[in-house]
Amino acid sequence: MNAVSPRAVRHFEPPTTLSGWLVARRFQLARRITQAGVLLLFAGTAAWGWKLAGAPLLAGNLSAATLAGSVPLVDPFAVLQMLAAGRVPESTALGGALLVLAAYLVAGGRAFCAWACPMNLVTDAAHAMRQRVGGRDLVHLSPSMRYWALGLALVLSALTGLAAFEWVSPIAMLHRELLFGAGLGLTAAAAIFLLDAFVAKRAWCGHLCPLGAFWSVAGRAGLTKVAFSDAACTRCGDCVRACPEPRVLDFKNCAARGFVAAGECTNCGECIAVCPEKALRFDLLARAPRPDPFRRKEKPHETHPARSSSPRSPRSPSRRSPRRFPTRSSA
Amino acid sequence: MAASRRQFLARSAQGAAGAACAGLAWFSLLRQEAHAAPFALRPPGARPAGDFEALCVKCGQCVRACPYPTLKLAPAAAGIPLGTPYFVPREEPCHLCEDIPCAKACPTGALDKALDRVDRARMGLAVVDAENCLSWQGLRCEVCYRVCPVKGRAITVDPHPRGISKHAVFVPVVHAQDCTGCGLCEKACPTQVAAIRVVDPRLVQGRIGEHFRRPATTRDAGLAEASPESAPAAPTAAPMKPSAAPSSLPGPQAPTGKAVDYLNAPVEGL
Repeated sequence: MNAVSPRAVRHFEPPTTLSGWLVARRFQLARRITQAGVLLLFAGTAAWGWKLAGAPLLAGNLSAATLAGSVPLVDPFAVLQMLAAGRVPESTALGGALLVLAAYLVAGGRAFCAWACPMNLVTDAAHAMRQRVGGRDLVHLSPSMRYWALGLALVLSALTGLAAFEWVSPIAMLHRELLFGAGLGLTAAAAIFLLDAFVAKRAWCGHLCPLGAFWSVAGRAGLTKVAFSDAACTRCGDCVRACPEPRVLDFKNCAARGFVAAGECTNCGECIAVCPEKALRFDLLARAPRPDPFRRKEKPHETHPARSSSPRSPRSPSRRSPRRFPTRSSA
Repeated sequence: MAASRRQFLARSAQGAAGAACAGLAWFSLLRQEAHAAPFALRPPGARPAGDFEALCVKCGQCVRACPYPTLKLAPAAAGIPLGTPYFVPREEPCHLCEDIPCAKACPTGALDKALDRVDRARMGLAVVDAENCLSWQGLRCEVCYRVCPVKGRAITVDPHPRGISKHAVFVPVVHAQDCTGCGLCEKACPTQVAAIRVVDPRLVQGRIGEHFRRPATTRDAGLAEASPESAPAAPTAAPMKPSAAPSSLPGPQAPTGKAVDYLNAPVEGL
């Protein structure tokens, strides 16, 4: 690939100044603030009685909550399992689930995983440790295993008449233990930390979690996506190395679609932060129908002024052929 | 192409086998966990076992809504499905809030919002351990009777013959018809270990069944109106009915029971 492009491949340079560090870590910092904020809203309501308009600010936990005493927020995957179990929950739960689903469809599906889920703190910490310590995977896990887990959760819900994943979810356990002080949550978190740090890279969030699989499926229809500029990209691969779900950065697919299309993308923003060419950015309506991206490149000033300044690498004619739905090579 | 198809099928089969392996473990874990403690005391309005476990998302909003330290989410190794709400009456009973805030807080309907009166809640059933009950020893304790929020209905103090003595003991008698299972009696019981306990009715309550016909009593006469569902089936469905009974009677709980049992009537007036 580099041979095709005449441009020199620059790599991401670790920042040396504090401000550079802050810029490079801006999405990570924002995610930590959001994750802590979500926990703090729940914990503040539970422990210190925070109120909004006289009602508890955010009562409950990530499985089901009530905002300001009136707005129900319910995990749509939990409701899906109840329906699979042959139980129809009250309209409060159905409405709350639709609300949460709609919110995360705007934010991009697995934005839940990177921005709200408390387990992400654990798995990111495990990943940081893994990078320090090194080591190879003890077992090979396929990133598609989570879809089996998702299917199993629904099948087992139907078989047992219980919301199958809710009964064993380490995420719910962790959040419950943090808020209610009882349960197996810290034990589960410790197990997942060890799994991610020493057994297999990104084992839980990237391979096994059925809730992540649910949001992956939902996230295909998500609105917020990471937009990808094929013109600016030099294929240096820094984004893939930073990405917790590396297979979503399939350049062929991304170039054809103009954005990271895979639902498994968690919108964590790590790729954006490390891209030395600024070829990636968040885009709210990346999915909106647009002119053919390859046609657009010929008149960049019309639709995309930002791109007109970036030098475009010459492409072979075969790369210009408009392939709207290319096969996903790594999928 | 054929090779890649075979490869695809083989990998799919492997995936399915792996999923089945994990699924069986998960399935047995679920069954074990769900039936760990089917007799935990649940908040008022809880759906019947099975429905409750399916609908509860363990969000703890009932626990937060409870103004007393009554409700808790089950911790690990409590023998109760992890994270589900329950209470232990001897630690803190249900105080039967009139507005039932816990049931109203439930988003999924695991607790029934339609429960309009808290005295219609059936969280459990109080049972008396006669061997350790002070009243049964001849003391006039009756604490359970006095703290009962459904006073005079869920627990009555009835005279009971004391051996061959002409004196009687006055003993607490629980009536399942009206017992909410709140556990105030268990909390108040002055014995070292409570002699009146609230348990799941399924642990202690029998059922006569449709195939027996109870002899009528004064109590039945009084309760006949309150429990239409406990009346047996229509007379035509009772072929074993004694021929002496008038066929117009719907069952043994007909008001005429009062006349049949008139000999016992003075007992109530003591």
